[in-house]
Formats: sequence, C-alpha cells, structure tokens
Amino acid sequence: MIKRTINFFKNRNIEIASLIGLIVIWQLVADYVVQRTLFLPSFTEVISALVRIIETGVLFTDIQTSLLHFGIGIGSALIVGIPIGVIMGWFTLGNRIFDPIVEILRPIPPLAWIPFALIWLGLTHTAAGFVVFVGAVFPIVINTYTGFKSTSRIYVEAAKVLGCVRDRDLISKVAFPSSMPSITAGIRIGMGVGWMCLVAAELFGVSRFGLGYKIWFHYSLHQMDFVLTYMLILGIIGLLIDKGFRFVVDTYLLKWRKGVVV
Amino acid sequence: MGTLEIKLSKSFEKDKSKTTVALEDVELTVKDGDFLCIIGPSGCGKTTLLRLVAGLDEPTSGNIALDGKRIMGPDSRKGMVFQEYSLFPWRTVIRNVSFGLEMQGKEKEESNEIARRYLKLVGLEQFETSYPHELSGGMRQRVAIARALANNPEILLMDEPFGSLDAQTRNALQIELLDIWKKEHLTILFVTHSVDEAVFLADKIAVMSRRPGKIKEVVEVELERPRDRTSPEANRIRTNILKKLEKERKGD
Ligand SMILES: Nc1ncnc2c1ncn2[C@@H]1O[C@H](COP(=O)(O)OP(=O)(O)OP(=O)(O)O)[C@@H](O)[C@H]1O
Ligand SMILES: [Mg+2]
Repeated sequence: MIKRTINFFKNRNIEIASLIGLIVIWQLVADYVVQRTLFLPSFTEVISALVRIIETGVLFTDIQTSLLHFGIGIGSALIVGIPIGVIMGWFTLGNRIFDPIVEILRPIPPLAWIPFALIWLGLTHTAAGFVVFVGAVFPIVINTYTGFKSTSRIYVEAAKVLGCVRDRDLISKVAFPSSMPSITAGIRIGMGVGWMCLVAAELFGVSRFGLGYKIWFHYSLHQMDFVLTYMLILGIIGLLIDKGFRFVVDTYLLKWRKGVVV
Repeated sequence: MGTLEIKLSKSFEKDKSKTTVALEDVELTVKDGDFLCIIGPSGCGKTTLLRLVAGLDEPTSGNIALDGKRIMGPDSRKGMVFQEYSLFPWRTVIRNVSFGLEMQGKEKEESNEIARRYLKLVGLEQFETSYPHELSGGMRQRVAIARALANNPEILLMDEPFGSLDAQTRNALQIELLDIWKKEHLTILFVTHSVDEAVFLADKIAVMSRRPGKIKEVVEVELERPRDRTSPEANRIRTNILKKLEKERKGD
C-alpha cells in the first residue's frame, strides 16, 4: 500500500511539479503583483478560508446540500432518461413519438428552465434538482438511444435461436448489456453537465447552504477568498465524482471490455 | 428427432423495381441423425437457407418442416453456430453457454452444471470464467458450439463455423465435432466452402448452383468412419465435387 502510494507519486512527478509550480506562481502574483484580495486572493488566504469553513463545519453542510440537489437531478434523469432512450432505440414507433419532443426540448439551455422550476416547485431542493435534471437527462437519452440502435444484429439473432425471443428479454439480456458502454458514457456526460448546472440552480436561494449558493453569498460580501475556495471545492468534488463513477463502471459494469482498444 | 423437409423460394425486395432471387425452388430433405454439408459458390444463398431453417427469416413461398411441423420462428429446437463470432462479449464463457438454459427458466445451479458438461465436451472447462475477448478464434467457436448444444436442439445449423480458422485448428475441431455428433445423436446442417471439409464430415453433400441458388445435386459420401483424408476414395469424391463446382462457376 505504502509502496503503491510512493510509486504513484514517483510516476506522477511531472504532474505534481506542474501543480506546485502553479501554486507558487499564483502566490507570488497575488502577493507582489496584484496585492488585493478582492482581485486575486492568494493561495494562503484560500487555505485559511478553507480551514475556517472546515472548523465551523459549514463546508460539510454545503457539500451535503449540493450532493442532495445533484442526487435528485441525476437520479430522476436516470429514471426518466434511460427508459425513454430504450423505447426510442428499440421500437420504431417509440422513436417516432419521442424524437420530435426530444429534438425540440434539447436545444433549450438548462438554465432557461430556472423560472419555471421556481414557479412549479418553489424555493425547494427539488427545484434545484430539476435544473440539474434538465442538464443531465438529454445526454443520457441520446446515448442510450445510440447504444440500442447500434446493438449488433448478430447478438440479437444469436439470442433468438437460443430461445430469447420476447422484446422484454431481448432488451434486458442483449440490447441493454451491449449498449452499456454507450449508456455509461452518456451518464458521465450527463453528470458533468448536471454538476455545472448546480451552481446556477443554487443561486436563487433554494437553500441557505450549497456550494453554488455560497459562491454568490460570499460574492455579495466581497469575500473573494471564500469565493475562490468554493470554486476549487466544486472543481475537486466534480472530479472525484467523475473518477469514482469511472472506477465503478470499469470494475463492475464494463469488466468484459478490458483489453478492448477504445 | 430431427427430420427436416425444405421446399421453398426466397427473394429479397430492395424496392419496387429491384428484387434479388436468393433461393429458387430449393428442395432438400435431411433425415434424423444425418450430417449434411451444403457447398456452393459465394453468394449462392447458403447463409440465407440456414437463416430460414433457424426461423430468423421467412421464405417468400413454400415452407420448412421440422418433424412434420412447420417452422414459424426461432426457438430452441434449432441451434445455430454463426459465420461470424457471436458470443456475447459481456458474459463469461459459462454464462454464454448457459444463456439458453436461463431462458428456459432453469435454476442457476442446474444450468451451470449442464453448461459445464458441454464446456468439458469441447475441452474448455478451465476457461469458464474467462470473457470471450480472452479466447482465441478457435476457442470462441468451440464455446459457440457448446452454447448451441447446451440448449439440446434437435437440429444444429452451422454456417462456415471454422471458416476463419487455420488448417490445423480446423482439422482438430472437425474431429471434435464428429465425436459430439455421434455422442449427442444430432442432425447437422453444415455450410462450408471447403470440399475437403465436406468430404471429411458429411454423410451427404448438397451442391448448390450459382445465384439464384438451387440444390443441384446431393452426393452421398459412403466412406467408413473414422475417415482418412488422404485415402484414394476420399480423393475420388473430392475430385468429383470439385468438377461439379467448377462447372457451376463457369456457368453451364
Ligand atoms: N437481408 C438481405 N437483403 C437483401 N439481399 C440479401 C439479404 N441477405 C442476403 N441477400 C442476398 O442473397 C444472396 C445470398 O446471400 P447469402 O448470404 O445467403 O450467400 P452465401 O451463400 O452465404 O455467401 P457466402 O458464401 O459468401 O457466405 C446474396 O446475393 C445477397 O446479396
Ligand atoms: Mg454466408
């Protein structure tokens, strides 16, 4: 374990040096060139802001709240998006029914839905979740659809001659697993878009906590060191979610693809 | 039981003006327990014929009967090994083989046990937890054969199953297949390009004509089993069939 950690750092020496270099330049520029926290808080100021929000525990409430919004959005995007993608990809009639609807709604930027989210759902967590949902659902629909459309005929026919003939079985036993790479790619894209929508969704005070909300709250107080701290936390958690998802997908869902050149 | 009676025509309609006649008045009877090879020029409709027997497509006219009952669609009585690799890449070897059993609603334990038996039959029992991408081409086709057999079909349809393999693997698999055929009392319909393969395997060889495909002639192969590929009789039959094919290629 320790050896692996050491190896990890050894193999990443250039990447680490690059990050350290960035931090050093940032600190020097902030201290000697800009010299104003309002324009560019320095690295040390960001660290002390971070320590403050960790000490008071407020950071954890913020993270929890944001993950709640994100979870509501992504969860409903999965529940709605995957079945629609499946119906569009497998049944010609389903495609003809849903395709025009999806094509009209898809180009509308998720943030344009915020007024309706607030009217329909009020200042609630669900309203923020709804904006995340709008951002995440279309990539999931489109990728599920594409995956199903490109299910190889040979697998479907092989399943049929083995007695798997009902649509329900063909979908769950053949089309779904064979589309898994495309579906998970869609979920990843959807999660990325959803995470970006989160900040905007929280702007409108659906809660007094949340990473996105805090960016605007501290901005209104001109505490730019806190703003930058929350920005970096948003970036890091977004990265962790993506890495975690990829890990789960690669080890559990797409184990069978190991060795495939992508 | 697996007696097959075929009497059909098949054409593909591209649009109103253009139709391809793939099979024209094809008549063929395969008796229960027979090993019948179909041989013919590329594009003459061999794959089309197998797909029709499997129930994956419907004849334009005529019909196919298995044990007197008309074939209406794919089911587990007709097993098929495809020309291309058709193993499900997301399933391990054993779960590929047990796929059909799962569909029949068999318990996991029971289907695993049956699947293991057939993996053993094709000599791959130690690869049950591998994924298809970890296997060589010959191993994949062996798993595909095990998968088709595990479903206990009455008739096994094989579409150039060894076409993409090297000569040595191919010969070894032919011997394996004959063993299985004897043990399992199967009816086999086997498509091949190779006259050598047909003469080594078949009781009867159906020679097809160029498109539109017809059965031109059914040649009985009356050679003792186990067969010797190099015996003078085998040579004689091979030459005979090659001549017929050559005539077909020239087109008279
Ligand atoms: N789905 C289809 N739609 C239109 N035409 C088809 C279709 N399937 C096959 N054909 C045509 O039917 C003819 C026979 O095709 P088939 O695949 O049965 O040949 P084959 O004997 O198996 O050839 P090969 O030995 O090269 O595999 C070909 O001319 C082909 O173009
Ligand atoms: Mg073919």
